[in-house]
Amino acid sequence: MAEQMGILGRKVGMTRIFGSDGSAIAVTVIKAGPCPVIQIKTEETDGYNAVQIALDEAKEKHITKPLVGHFAKAGKGLYRNLQEVRLEGPASCNVGDELNATLFAAGDHVRITGQSIGKGTAGVMKRWNFSGACSSHGAEKVHRSGGSIGNNTEPGKVWKNKKMAGHMGARQVTVLNLEVVAIRPEDNVILVKGAVPGPKNGLVMVRKQ
Amino acid sequence: MDIIKKIEQEHLRMDLPTFRSGDNVKVHMRIVEGEKERIQVFQGNVIRISRGTVDATFTVRKISDGVGVERIFPMHSPFIEKVELITEGRVRRSRLYYLRALKGKSARIKPKNAY
Repeated sequence: MAEQMGILGRKVGMTRIFGSDGSAIAVTVIKAGPCPVIQIKTEETDGYNAVQIALDEAKEKHITKPLVGHFAKAGKGLYRNLQEVRLEGPASCNVGDELNATLFAAGDHVRITGQSIGKGTAGVMKRWNFSGACSSHGAEKVHRSGGSIGNNTEPGKVWKNKKMAGHMGARQVTVLNLEVVAIRPEDNVILVKGAVPGPKNGLVMVRKQ
Repeated sequence: MDIIKKIEQEHLRMDLPTFRSGDNVKVHMRIVEGEKERIQVFQGNVIRISRGTVDATFTVRKISDGVGVERIFPMHSPFIEKVELITEGRVRRSRLYYLRALKGKSARIKPKNAY
């Protein structure tokens, strides 16, 4: 998949709007940027092409001294989030440019990366969609258990990657092929069809594809 | 949340008359069949209004050839041409699901202010 330009943003929430054919479309509202370009990496100097973009202004006491120096080179102020977007070819923007929602257009398809909502320690029914056990027929204390996890002497172990209870969510998730329904440059907002990983106000990376 | 409210505000329809559960309404719905477009009228009693912003809906029930038919309309759909309020009904609850079990004379809703 060709690596294309992207932008950092925050998920505002979901709503629904009516399409031109009268159908109701569930959309996620994403506040896209504004993201200043902090650094441009090129094949000759760094071995690969990328741009570094930032989001959300920060005070000096909130970020480390090495980062203060790094931001000073771009001269666009200090920021809380800094992320790199790898590109196939050389970048078309310059250091100090500000990216916003106009990077996209209605009808574009994007992929969105975010950190999913953390569920904590979860049982097998929630985490792996197991069916659980009987609610009656003499079952006691095992209604939501996963049952057997393997055989006896042969193989004499539990197979690797056996689906069991454990920590769920709070990991990086990417959703591909989301359609941009509309952009609103006046609010600096893009409307994407469908759901996007993460909680409200969560950091998301929206990339063209 | 302000941005979401702003987006929803643009999709809301303020031109529909206010009606309540128990009212008899005529809903003029635009239907697109291939190239052609026509208006379909659905007349019946409002048995439920689900409040909300853009996701508000209302359910209209009518008896068609002896069979009860219910249709759920999105309140703010651009395909609703207009809603006509025919009569206001006197009912004592907001969800008139009890009408589903009734037939004939007992399934009527008395008009409001009929002394």
